[in-house]
Amino acid sequence: MTSISITVNGTTRRAEVEGRTLLVALLRETFGLTGTHVGCDTSQCGACVVHVDGKAVKSCTMLAAQADGCQVRTIEGLAQGDQLHPVQAAFHEHHGLQCGFCTPGMIMAAVDMIERHDARLDEATIRHELEGNICRCTGYHNIVKAIQAAADQMAGLRQAAE
Amino acid sequence: MYETNYHRPRDLAEAESQFAAAAEARYLAGGMTLLPTMKQRLAAPSDLVDLGRLAELKGIAVTTDAVTIGAGVTHAEVAEAPEIRAALPALAALAGQIGDPHVRHRGTIGGSLANDDPAADYPAAVLALGATIRTTRRELAAEEFFQGLFTTALEEGEILVSVTFPLAARAAYAKFPNPASRYAMAGVFVARMPDGAVRVGVTGAGQDGVYRDAAFEAALEADFAPAALDPIEVDASAMLSDLHGSAAYRANLVKVMAKRAVAAAG
Ligand SMILES: Cc1cc2nc3c(=O)[nH]c(=O)nc-3n(C[C@H](O)[C@H](O)[C@H](O)COP(=O)(O)OP(=O)(O)OC[C@H]3O[C@@H](n4cnc5c(N)ncnc54)[C@H](O)[C@@H]3O)c2cc1C
Ligand code: FES
Ligand code: FES
Repeated sequence: MTSISITVNGTTRRAEVEGRTLLVALLRETFGLTGTHVGCDTSQCGACVVHVDGKAVKSCTMLAAQADGCQVRTIEGLAQGDQLHPVQAAFHEHHGLQCGFCTPGMIMAAVDMIERHDARLDEATIRHELEGNICRCTGYHNIVKAIQAAADQMAGLRQAAE
Repeated sequence: MYETNYHRPRDLAEAESQFAAAAEARYLAGGMTLLPTMKQRLAAPSDLVDLGRLAELKGIAVTTDAVTIGAGVTHAEVAEAPEIRAALPALAALAGQIGDPHVRHRGTIGGSLANDDPAADYPAAVLALGATIRTTRRELAAEEFFQGLFTTALEEGEILVSVTFPLAARAAYAKFPNPASRYAMAGVFVARMPDGAVRVGVTGAGQDGVYRDAAFEAALEADFAPAALDPIEVDASAMLSDLHGSAAYRANLVKVMAKRAVAAAG
């Protein structure tokens, strides 16, 4: 067993983990943060995407011990109280989901892509950036629309702040 | 996944000694290949020695004639590094086509080369540019390093430290990705070196893994244009054949990707 300390959504937590414990298992089973999903066994679907030290990663393909000392952000850490994050609000507004299974990973991937591209995104870039996230329901169309809308809104907010 | 003992060494020397002390150790870098393999129970190391935080494996250095990249540098860092985009844009573009954004945030150049997947992208660039691989024990030329499918010259416990790529006068990489996995069905890296020599590395397609194509190289040295490759037949008997594509399909794809790479190299 290894003793680790991880800051999840702003709160520092300690845990005893086995060498083989995956980050996603720590989040879901030990911390009860079940918003992060597991959709595959092959590291391909992206349902498990969280941010580690500000970067989108597949939490099913990272050991909890590898995240020792890191800042982790999950879907539960996006909203501020009742106030949805702009990407969450845009998925709601544009019907960017059907069953919702892929949605936490999609939203975490979307927030990461918007931050990396400084909120300047076009449709082709969004589709290319979604290569690591699979959705079996929507056909992606409304997901792309939601991300575009959120990016445009966040670009506007940035301009207003300048 | 079977139980395993996790270690985080402070430096390369401690990593090698932890490796040597374990019953059946494996190094862990980005984990983008090793962890899925362990989850499938295709690998079951008794111990994992995590190289992920070693400063000795980080860093990018550019000189007038070469780019050196630490083994622990991620695909995303190579894709975005302004100094690589300026000195060797084809390599940055290649890194930006590996897998997906989340894989690129974790996966490393050292892990990709040590793994030597026959459909991986970096080996094509390493071979085409004639890169030198530095390990904890020696320096290896690209040709000596790759030894067939999933096989390299690395010895038990030896750590890949960095890769030095000579700068090309012109270069480009063209890849036909498998639509599900994003790995190369055929990927061709074409480099025209400052002395006029042309080197072509082909990944994803060959039965023995990454290879150089001498016929393409000779034709392009005579005339660096896509049409120069038209008369060349790629030998299908040396190609991989699997559920994703037949040998004949891959042979054709290699030529198409080579022509696209030459066109992109300009
Ligand atoms: C969904 C998905 C899509 C992918 N698509 C592509 C693709 O399109 N193209 C592509 O090329 N790759 C692709 N990959 C593989 C990816 O590039 C991996 O990052 C890479 O193959 C392994 O690098 P890693 O750092 O993750 O190594 P790990 O998985 O940690 O290690 C891989 C192997 O290398 C050894 N190793 C690691 N570092 C060293 C070192 N410094 N010295 C000695 N041995 C070492 C390990 O012991 C292990 O055996 C994909 C992976 C996934 C999960
Ligand atoms: S659960 Fe599918 S990529 Fe992580
Ligand atoms: S909404 Fe069902 S998988 Fe995407």
